[in-house]
Amino acid sequence: MKQPIKPLNVLIKGLLLFLLFNLVIAAWQPGVGQFSLYNAIYPGRERLPFGENPKQSYNLSLFDLDAMFASHVIAGINKADSEFRIIIVGDSSVWGTLLKPEETLAGQLNADNLTACGKNVRAYNLGYPTISLTKDVMLLSYGMQYDPDLVIWMTTLDAFPLEKQTSTPLVANNEEKARELASNYQLRVDADDSNFEVKSFWQKTFIGDRRAWADFFRLQIYGVMWSATGIDQFYPADYEKAQTDLEADDSYHDLTAPLTEDDLAINALEAGFNVVGETSMLLVNEPMLISSGANSDIRYNFSTPAGYMTITARS
Amino acid sequence: MALENILILAAASLLWATTFRNHGRTWFMLIASVIVIFWLQPALPIRGADFFTPLATLVLVVLTWFITADDETRKQRKNVIILAIVAGVVLLLNLTRFIPQLQFFTASRPPQLETTLLIFLITGLTLFALSRPTRFSASFLTVGLVLTIGLFLLIKIPDLSLWLASFLRTLSGQSLTNVSANDFRWLGFSYVAFRLIHTIRDKQSGRFPSVDVGEFITYVIFFPAFTAGPIDRLERFIKDLRAPFAGLNLETFYSAGQRLLIGLFKKFVIADALALIALNDTNATQVTSTFWMWFIVYAYALQIYFDFSGYTDIALGIAQLLGIKLPENFASPYLKPNLTQFWNNWHMTLTQWFRAYFFNPITRWLRSWQKPMSIPMMILLTQVATMLLIGFWHGVTWNFTLWGLWHGLGLFIHNRWNDATKAKAATWAITPTKQSVLNISGILLTFHFVAIGWIFFALSSPVVSWQVILKLFGVN
Repeated sequence: MKQPIKPLNVLIKGLLLFLLFNLVIAAWQPGVGQFSLYNAIYPGRERLPFGENPKQSYNLSLFDLDAMFASHVIAGINKADSEFRIIIVGDSSVWGTLLKPEETLAGQLNADNLTACGKNVRAYNLGYPTISLTKDVMLLSYGMQYDPDLVIWMTTLDAFPLEKQTSTPLVANNEEKARELASNYQLRVDADDSNFEVKSFWQKTFIGDRRAWADFFRLQIYGVMWSATGIDQFYPADYEKAQTDLEADDSYHDLTAPLTEDDLAINALEAGFNVVGETSMLLVNEPMLISSGANSDIRYNFSTPAGYMTITARS
Repeated sequence: MALENILILAAASLLWATTFRNHGRTWFMLIASVIVIFWLQPALPIRGADFFTPLATLVLVVLTWFITADDETRKQRKNVIILAIVAGVVLLLNLTRFIPQLQFFTASRPPQLETTLLIFLITGLTLFALSRPTRFSASFLTVGLVLTIGLFLLIKIPDLSLWLASFLRTLSGQSLTNVSANDFRWLGFSYVAFRLIHTIRDKQSGRFPSVDVGEFITYVIFFPAFTAGPIDRLERFIKDLRAPFAGLNLETFYSAGQRLLIGLFKKFVIADALALIALNDTNATQVTSTFWMWFIVYAYALQIYFDFSGYTDIALGIAQLLGIKLPENFASPYLKPNLTQFWNNWHMTLTQWFRAYFFNPITRWLRSWQKPMSIPMMILLTQVATMLLIGFWHGVTWNFTLWGLWHGLGLFIHNRWNDATKAKAATWAITPTKQSVLNISGILLTFHFVAIGWIFFALSSPVVSWQVILKLFGVN
C-alpha cells in the first residue's frame, strides 16, 4: 500500500539534506572551477574572463583562477612539437581594454604567423586588467603549467607600490595562492595583510560562497554568447581619453622620491624570474603616455610623476 | 517582484495564516495589498509619481466599485469604515516622508501631505456627486469603461505616454529635456485595467456580484497577483475570500510551499539564467550564424515561459497560504500539438478574458447580421482582431502588432487546415505510432511557430526581427 506523504517529514529531511550538502561543500571545497564547458562545448576565450558589465560584454570578473584558466583557449590546446608557445602577462594593455582579441599584442603576434627556433609561434594573452606585480606573478605561476617557451611580462612603474600588491581583487581573493607564492618564491606578502579576504568555514558553504558559485555558472552560461558573437568586452561608442592637462602635483602613492625597495615590490620581479625558472622571459617596461599638456614637466601622466626611479629591464 | 519582495510577502502570509487564521484575514489581505502596491511601484523620474501612481490605482478602483455596486451595498456603513482605513494606511505611508527610516515602503520620499489630502477630497466629492442622482445612471458604467480603456491607451501608446510624461513633468515643474515615454510606468495597471473592465462589463450584463469596497479593492489589487496575474474573476475570488478559513493545515502548507519553491526555481534559476543568453535587441544584431540564432531564439522562448509561469506559481503559492485558490495560467503550452491548444494553455486567464469580453461578443454580433459574412471570413476577422488586441495589451507598437497578427493568422490557418484535413488525419492515424507521429509533429511545428512569433515580441524593431528570421533560415 502506498504510504501517504508526510509534508513535515519531507520538509525536515529536505532541510537536513541541504544542511549536509552545505557542510560537505565547506569541508570538501570541490574546486569545480576545473570543470568547464569552454574548450569542450564552446571555444576557449582568447583572454581571461574580466568584465564590469556582463550583460553587454558577455564576460564577467571572478576570482576562481581554476575557472578563469579553464575557460581560456590555452587550456584546450595540447602543445604540439611544432608550436613555439608564448604567454604574455601584464595589465589592461596586455589584456586589451577597448581592443578586440585580434588587436592585442598576442593577437598581433599570432596574425604575423611568426616562427621561432623553427617552430610556429602561438601567443596566448594571459593579461588581466588590474595593476599589481603580485597579481602578474600569480597569473604567471598558473600559466607555467602550460609549458611556455617564452614569457613576455609587460609592466609599468605603477604596478610596483607595495600598497597595490594585494589590494587588487584577484590577489585579495586568492590569499592561499598568494601565501604559497610567498613561501615558494620569497614574494613579499604580509601574512596578516588586511586586504586578504579570508573565508571562514561558513563562508565556504554553498550558501556562504554563493557569489562564487553564481559567478562560475554565469561564466559557463556566457560561453554561449561568446561562441555566438565572439564578443568578450563592451566597446562604448565614446570613452574618456587619457588626461593630458595635469595637476601641479609630484606625489606618487604617498611616497617620496627617491623610491627605495621598502616602498616598492621590487622583489616581485625576482619572484617572477624564479617562477619561470629556466624558461626565457622578456621583462618589458611598458611604454607610457608622456603628456604635453599643463604641468607635463611635473607629471608624465595622471598616475606617474616625472623624476622618480625607472625600472631597469633584465632578461 | 524581486526575490526579497517575494520572500517577505510569503513569510508575512505564512505568519498571518498560522498565527491569526481566519481572524482579520480579509483585513490583512486588504491592508497588505494597499501597502504592496506602493512598495512595489518602481521609482519614476517624475516628482512624486511613484507615490501618486499607486494612489491613482486606488482611486480608480474605488470609483469603479462605486459605479458597479448596487444601491444597497453602496450605502452600507462598513464601506465608509473600510475607505477610512484604506485612506489612513495611505496617509501613514505618506507620513513616512518625515521618518526617513521608514521610507522603504515607497520608491522615493513621499510627496507633501497636502496633495494627497486634496486627492482624497476630490475623490470624496466625486463619490458624493455620483451618489446624488436618485436613479443610478447606466451611463456612468459606459464612462467608467471609456475612462479605463482611455487610461490604458495612454499608458500603452508610446506617443501618448510621451505626452503624458511631458504633461506630468510640466505639472511638477520639471524640465522636459530628458522626457521619455518610459517616464511613467504604472505598475500592474495592465492587470488592474482588465479586472476593472471585467467588473464593469459584468455589471452591464447583470452578472456583477454584490461586494463591499474592501472585497473589491482586495480583488483588484490582491498582492500575490498584482504584478503578473493571473486575472481572476470577481465572483470566483469572492467565494474564496468569504469562505471560512480554518488556518493552514500541513497539506495546504506543503502544496503552497511546493508551488512557491517551484515558482522561485523557475523564475530565479531557470528564467534568469536563460535571460543571459536569450534573444534581445543587442544580441539580435551581433549573432551571425544560423545555429546560434536558433539557440538564442529557443532560449527566449523558454525564458519567457519559465519567467511568466514561475511568477504565476509564486502568486498561486502565496495566495494558497491565505486560503485563496487563484486560477491556473499555464498548462504545458509548449507541449500542445496545435496553435489553438497552445492559446488555450498559455496565459489562460488572459485568453479567457478576451474570449469572454471580445471574441464571443463580436462573433455573436457578426452572426446577427442580416447577411452574415462567410464562416472563414468571420473566423479570420475575429481571430486576427482578438490576437491584435492581445498584442496591444502588451503595448501599442509595431512589434506587438506584428506578433498579434502572426498569431491571429496562425490561428486562422490552423482552423482552416484542421477543417480540411481532420477526416484524412483521422483515417491515416489509426495506429498509436501514427498518432504519436502526428502529435509530435504538431508539437514541434507549433513550438517553432510560437518561437518565431516571439522574435516580434522580443525585439523593438520589426526590421531587425525580419533580419533575425532571415538568419534563422540561413539568409544573411
